[in-house]
Amino acid sequence: MSILVDTNTKLIVQGLGSTGTFHIDKSIAYGTNVVGAVHPSRASQSETFEGETDHSGVPGRGDSYKVEIPIFATVRDAVEQTGANASVIFVPPPFAADAIMEAADADIPLIVAITEHIPIMDMVKVKRYMQGRSSRLVGPNCPGVITPKQCRIGIMPGYIHQPGKVGVISKSGTLTYEAVFQLTNNGLGQTTAVGIGGDPVNGTDFIDALKLFNDDPETEGVIMIGEIGGTAEEEAAAWIKDNMTKPVAGFIAGTTAPPGKRMGHAGAIISGGKGTAEEKIAALKDAGVVVAATPSDMGDAMMEAMKKA
Amino acid sequence: MKIHEYQAKELMAGRGIAVPEGRVATSVDEAVAAVRPLIENSGNKVVVVKSQIHAGGRGKGRFKEHPDVAGVNVVTAGLEGGIKAAEEEVRELAKKMLGSTLETIQTGPEGKQVNRLYIEQGIDIERELYLSIVLDRAQDKNIVMASTEGGVEIEEVAEHTPEKILRETIDPAVDLTDFQARRLAFGLGLEGDGFKSGVKFFKSLAKAATDLDTDLVEINPMVVTKQGQVMALDGKMSIDNNALGRHKDLQEYRDRSEEDPAELEASKYGLSFIKLDGTIGCLVNGAGLAMATMDTIKHVGGEPANFLDVGGGATTENVTAAFRIITEDPSVKGIFVNIFGGIMRCDVIANGVVEAVKQTGLEVPLVVRLEGTNVKLGKQIIEESGLNVISADSLKDGAEKIVELTK
Repeated sequence: MSILVDTNTKLIVQGLGSTGTFHIDKSIAYGTNVVGAVHPSRASQSETFEGETDHSGVPGRGDSYKVEIPIFATVRDAVEQTGANASVIFVPPPFAADAIMEAADADIPLIVAITEHIPIMDMVKVKRYMQGRSSRLVGPNCPGVITPKQCRIGIMPGYIHQPGKVGVISKSGTLTYEAVFQLTNNGLGQTTAVGIGGDPVNGTDFIDALKLFNDDPETEGVIMIGEIGGTAEEEAAAWIKDNMTKPVAGFIAGTTAPPGKRMGHAGAIISGGKGTAEEKIAALKDAGVVVAATPSDMGDAMMEAMKKA
Repeated sequence: MKIHEYQAKELMAGRGIAVPEGRVATSVDEAVAAVRPLIENSGNKVVVVKSQIHAGGRGKGRFKEHPDVAGVNVVTAGLEGGIKAAEEEVRELAKKMLGSTLETIQTGPEGKQVNRLYIEQGIDIERELYLSIVLDRAQDKNIVMASTEGGVEIEEVAEHTPEKILRETIDPAVDLTDFQARRLAFGLGLEGDGFKSGVKFFKSLAKAATDLDTDLVEINPMVVTKQGQVMALDGKMSIDNNALGRHKDLQEYRDRSEEDPAELEASKYGLSFIKLDGTIGCLVNGAGLAMATMDTIKHVGGEPANFLDVGGGATTENVTAAFRIITEDPSVKGIFVNIFGGIMRCDVIANGVVEAVKQTGLEVPLVVRLEGTNVKLGKQIIEESGLNVISADSLKDGAEKIVELTK
């Protein structure tokens, strides 16, 4: 078991620029079932991907691959003709909100938005648009979702992942990789790793992902990686305290961040004395979460949390 | 992107939001020339001379060169001398203020140079109120916050008398509604003309926040004039950087003199850079990892000299620029490159570092930790370059090594 994505995932890609093309190729090499692309000005054409198989991904494949991916004018066309149940969005920031809404309009169950720098007001409108619709959004400004050896959606390096017991949830892409790599090296492995993104307005949040992992029988523990800004970590801590049945480890980035400065992510800012790392760490510890002192200790923190449980 | 008070007021005035009449001045003569028309047009004998910097607390701030002069000054054309005397007073103030360094609670001890003044008509104030529009991350929507405690920091009100803060959520599908604007006006105790003008003010400002993609609008104080008009006496506004692409007209509001030169240089290359006080330069991909790298350096006994996220789309040229910006900082005694490549490829980083060292030389220790996409190729490029690079196996290992080397 896993959450959100597995071998039944049929993925389409919105946005076939250089980044989108590079990473959808990596996903195909990993063994992800990519069934189509959406590009209004290239409809009815196709894009061929070929290369060496990434053997860290889905097992039982040959050493090379060559696939021709059909391109559709609209997401609705793509869904009707391929039965896609997930979409990954690499569309540039000014048009990304529209791409997310188009996917939601087509009732795609899972929408993963990788795009960074989407205007906040666009995301405010997207969230409003998605109310009452069936789609789940992950991101934007996130590395994506991966279930090791089953399905890779996004931009993460596949080879660092290993199937296992731990669910990973993170606001930061690169810190997700740190956590995942340590969990691979210490043998715990991952059920699924979910990057929820570092924007102030995003789709799936910590609590949503915690719930999914709590209900997933194969997940035995969860590591959540937060950062300064907002109160999502504090809210997650409160939820963990009341509901979580599995051990949780955590890390919060930004202990040394100066107030009033935006630390790269649109959401990572300490303002009005709120959103500090100290507050978040205290809330997590109070909820019984084992908090790693440095990102290099995340794997050990997870071990400790699972031993305690 | 922060903008100046006079720019925020220009935007508000263009949207029918009441602001005092004012003129911006970059020279003493311009400041003096503003006095007469302002007094004659408004019929009010008072003008206010306001420093324009991207920091609050100006009224209580003082100039380093002239400790007797405040950041904001009120000048009255009294019976003796009339407008002429007021002009001379403004001249003396402008001479001292322009080009001098204003220190406020928000500028830090280094202060900020004042390059512009805003000369504004005086207002007969009946009441001082507070209004702001910010994103409420719990609701994923903008909210209007208002309070009767004008002139007081909202954080203070929130701490001591939270019941005095009124909140209305702006639904992006319909904007602030009439009933919400009325509820705010009732809550603030507005009556008669003040009530009507308040409702219009709140609705127009909420719409402006949406249309202009603001991160923050804060009117403190928002006043009710003796004539019964709700008006923005001050105006703080900041625009979402990610939305500047669709606001070409707002891009010219950017005041580069307000920005740190190194941060400005970095932004040209799409790098997210923040200067800090320590000695260890950091070059990292990803904001979370960049923050965590700073945290780890501090944890093992060092002090980071900067936050630097090269992002996911950086080219070799961008990385070279990043490296150069770090090495140009004289306080940097060592550099730690920490990369976990996802969208960012390790070979691009490696090429950038090698290229930068070729161009600028390297006089301080360099520790490099590479992991992720194309890691083998990246490590190979570094090795074959023959550079004196210390490699690290993990973030903590790298942090310990660079801290040790810079002791």
